[in-house]
Amino acid sequence: MLTKLSGGTVYDPAHGIDGKVMDIYIRDGRIVERPQDTERIDQEYKLNGKIVMAGAIDMHTHIGGGKVNIARSMLPEDHRHDPAAHSGACRAGCGHAVPSTLTAGYRYAEMGYTAGFEPAVLPMNARQAHLEMGDTPMIDKGGYAMLGSDDLFLRMLAAKKDQNAINDYVAWTIAASQAIGIKVVNAGGINAFKFNQRFLDLDEKNSRYDITPREVLKTLSRAVYELGVPHPLHVHGNNLGVPGNVETTLNSMAGVEGYPMHLTHIQFHSYGVEGDRKFSSGASRIAEAINKNKNISADVGQILFGQTVTVSGDQMSQFRNAELGSPRKMVCMDIECDAGCGVVPFKYKDQNFVNALQWAIGLEIFLLVDDPWRIFLTTDHPNGAPFTSYPHLIKLLMDKSFRKDVFATLNADAQTMSTLASIDREYTLYEIAIMTRAGAAKLVGLHDRGHLGAGAAADITVYTDNADREKMFAKPDYVFKDGQLVVKDGSIVKVVWGATHTVRPEFDRGIEKEIKTYFDKYHTIKMEHMKVSNDELEDGGRSKIIVQECKGRREKTA
Amino acid sequence: MDNFSQAATVVSVTCPCCGLLCDDLTVQRDSAGQLTVKENGCARAVAFFARAVAASEPRIAGKPATLQEAITKAARILGDAKQPLIAGLGTDVDGMRAVMNLAETNRTTLDHMNSNALFRNMLVLQNSGWFNTTLTEVRNRVDLLLVVGTDVVSVNPRFFEREIWNKETLYNQDTAKREIVYLGGRGLDTSTGIAPDGRKPDVIECDMDRLPEVVGALRAFVLGKPLIANEIAGVPAATLQNLAQRLLAAKYSIVTWAAGALALPHAELTVQHLAALVIALNKTTRSAGLPLGGSDGDTSANQVSAWISGYPVRNSYMRNIPDYDPWLYSAERQLQNGEADALLWISSFSPERVPPATDAPTVVFGEAHMKFDKEPDVFIPVATPGVDCKGTMFRIDNVVSLPLQKLRDSKLPALAEVLRAIEQQLGQEQGAAIC
Repeated sequence: MLTKLSGGTVYDPAHGIDGKVMDIYIRDGRIVERPQDTERIDQEYKLNGKIVMAGAIDMHTHIGGGKVNIARSMLPEDHRHDPAAHSGACRAGCGHAVPSTLTAGYRYAEMGYTAGFEPAVLPMNARQAHLEMGDTPMIDKGGYAMLGSDDLFLRMLAAKKDQNAINDYVAWTIAASQAIGIKVVNAGGINAFKFNQRFLDLDEKNSRYDITPREVLKTLSRAVYELGVPHPLHVHGNNLGVPGNVETTLNSMAGVEGYPMHLTHIQFHSYGVEGDRKFSSGASRIAEAINKNKNISADVGQILFGQTVTVSGDQMSQFRNAELGSPRKMVCMDIECDAGCGVVPFKYKDQNFVNALQWAIGLEIFLLVDDPWRIFLTTDHPNGAPFTSYPHLIKLLMDKSFRKDVFATLNADAQTMSTLASIDREYTLYEIAIMTRAGAAKLVGLHDRGHLGAGAAADITVYTDNADREKMFAKPDYVFKDGQLVVKDGSIVKVVWGATHTVRPEFDRGIEKEIKTYFDKYHTIKMEHMKVSNDELEDGGRSKIIVQECKGRREKTA
Repeated sequence: MDNFSQAATVVSVTCPCCGLLCDDLTVQRDSAGQLTVKENGCARAVAFFARAVAASEPRIAGKPATLQEAITKAARILGDAKQPLIAGLGTDVDGMRAVMNLAETNRTTLDHMNSNALFRNMLVLQNSGWFNTTLTEVRNRVDLLLVVGTDVVSVNPRFFEREIWNKETLYNQDTAKREIVYLGGRGLDTSTGIAPDGRKPDVIECDMDRLPEVVGALRAFVLGKPLIANEIAGVPAATLQNLAQRLLAAKYSIVTWAAGALALPHAELTVQHLAALVIALNKTTRSAGLPLGGSDGDTSANQVSAWISGYPVRNSYMRNIPDYDPWLYSAERQLQNGEADALLWISSFSPERVPPATDAPTVVFGEAHMKFDKEPDVFIPVATPGVDCKGTMFRIDNVVSLPLQKLRDSKLPALAEVLRAIEQQLGQEQGAAIC
């Protein structure tokens, strides 16, 4: 089967293509070179005047796992406002802040997304994360396994184990949890909270292990690099939401000593203490540091106004902030000497000083970071806003008059604390394609996604150009997933299941002896039962595992 | 690949009998598929695995039928109904996924056999929340365990053995010094709460129906509120005051309860007191709640239902959207009021969990040894996950899920296979790719 997409205006930053009219050919789910003239085209889509990009990739979205399902169970009142009836190919479900898995998959595809990555896979809960992602149709999935507050890692660090042993443990964790990267949340802090510490700054010691977050970040960023895992250590910083945390964030950037690091939802970590209310924007300092330090990337975690729910592995911060929640309820958990979680519903209000300034800080960061290959479009779904608000966010970035109009309606005190009105930058389609496609694929390590070159998977989105970018990005004309037409005029026409992307860095299997002893002594399940097998993901044809290439293990770099 | 026709000893077997999902059992299989627990089985597990391989023949109105005939008949009953109900839901993750699909296709209402107990927790989660913990944290951290309204062992027999009196912990705690306090109920079996060195637990008794008052008073003392009472439901105020002080002084206390044991009107308010008490303790020290119990896949059913529909059970696809109502969609109520006009009852683990009495046409997919006072219209014996087929199940802490092994060849179909066949039969499958 040979399909031709003809005459579309193509944005493919991975190949430097910026709005060029060209044809794309698809065979057996892959993009291929232009075939011989003698070959029969089975199907042609005439895309003259349409915008063509690779399928979009959400590199940080909470779509599966324990805390997401706690949030679902907790919020029947939110679901009731957004029921999704069975229609056509799609089964019923519900949407808004934490959609059911089916509805999440459909809605991602309906706005042109073809992949999403769950950023907080607790190794002890990895099976659940994959079960939920396995029931999320349409898009490819993957997860980052959480380390850094687990007792085994902290014990190894406290015992001054060789970096190679740490690297083996990190690689083992990736394999056992079927992950594509490693995330650290509030480095060491989740563990410290279990010992009743309430804050843990970068150089503060965990009272039990005598370890600082700085050591955790450095060791793990180095491990990820030395293992050749393409995705840099994915870091949710310490002191989330605390005024003044901009200092912690800047120090964390320096703390990894040049190893690659991705700082996630950086908006929540860019707060100063200036002004009457001791809450101010640290965006310009953060952007300046990102611009300068090429080993650093970040996604924003933009907040948008309205009801949502915050779900996080950072139970220390969530417990601290629970009283700000709305409606007032909270679930926190200590989890398996491995991690934790906290779920707090939240309503961001445009007339609230702090919320309005958070909104402005996020946009300032977007607009002040020069390199779109190192800044990514997220709302930290659902923490800043549900992912369905992405088209609105894109319009805020691409349309300065719209942005300024919205800004002018916000809490007046917040306006005086932001430089947003003076920033005239507008993102281009090419830059949007970098942030949401080429850059995201490169960052996550998806070698065959996010671009439109020969050999790439044919995950392709086609839009009608529209000056109203929110309308344009909300409803693509066509979405192709692995070469199949799955969305037409913004509605699902075919249900597919997508794949699970992983990496399998090499490691010394000898590490299992130590891990098994640890499980047998201290855990409540066997080590073998913690591992998520290939069969569990692939049985029933629900998913297939794609192992993305690692760069090969590096020798010690320090 | 296992050769199930040969005798074997299988280690690290996971037991699905209760919410603990102990995964350290050793089970011996003879060449006929008869299983015997050799190591680490509680009495319940021993009896569970010892069940003989049963006849796999389905029945229609008590008469033997082929699987295909039984599926056709069951599909007709469910398809003809205006308000079909799938209840019991004694199954695992794989079975529950298939239940959700059939329910969605056939616009069906869902309820679990343990829902009355489950709601004592779920309503608290939805109304105010909690701060809970998981079993490995308990095993390594607890210094004061407060057990409320239950003996624990009758619902989770190995809890004390595995999580409290374990020898080693990550932080070199002397587990023999762990303090155990039972609060509420009378004449409970507190023997498993006796420390290895013979130290007895503290037992504070009260009538179960007065437990809400006692727990409310304890919460007040934890919050430092003055209480004008010398005794609460026969418990001296000073005893509760003292308990509150011990909780405040503990480094990592755990407050546990078993929802099934709290057979009180509006027991959710008592659970809410416990949850709020734990949250209050966390202002100054560390504490966590731990709901115990769990059976017949109740935790798994709620998890799967929540991610696929957005809601835990009791929910319904009757209106072509998922809909949730803890009162309206009670199976018991739906059957008593004659609202449900067909019942599919599922009980893959427990032969004794039979459907409630009803005049509605009834289909049962159940454990092969099930016996009925009133023979259902259709009975299909199905595989028990963890014995006859593999599966996946959630532990009571709602975080850890475990693979269940197939231990023998019994010819019984997996529930999911039967449900998929029915869904196909109903001929309504929209989008064949969704399975």
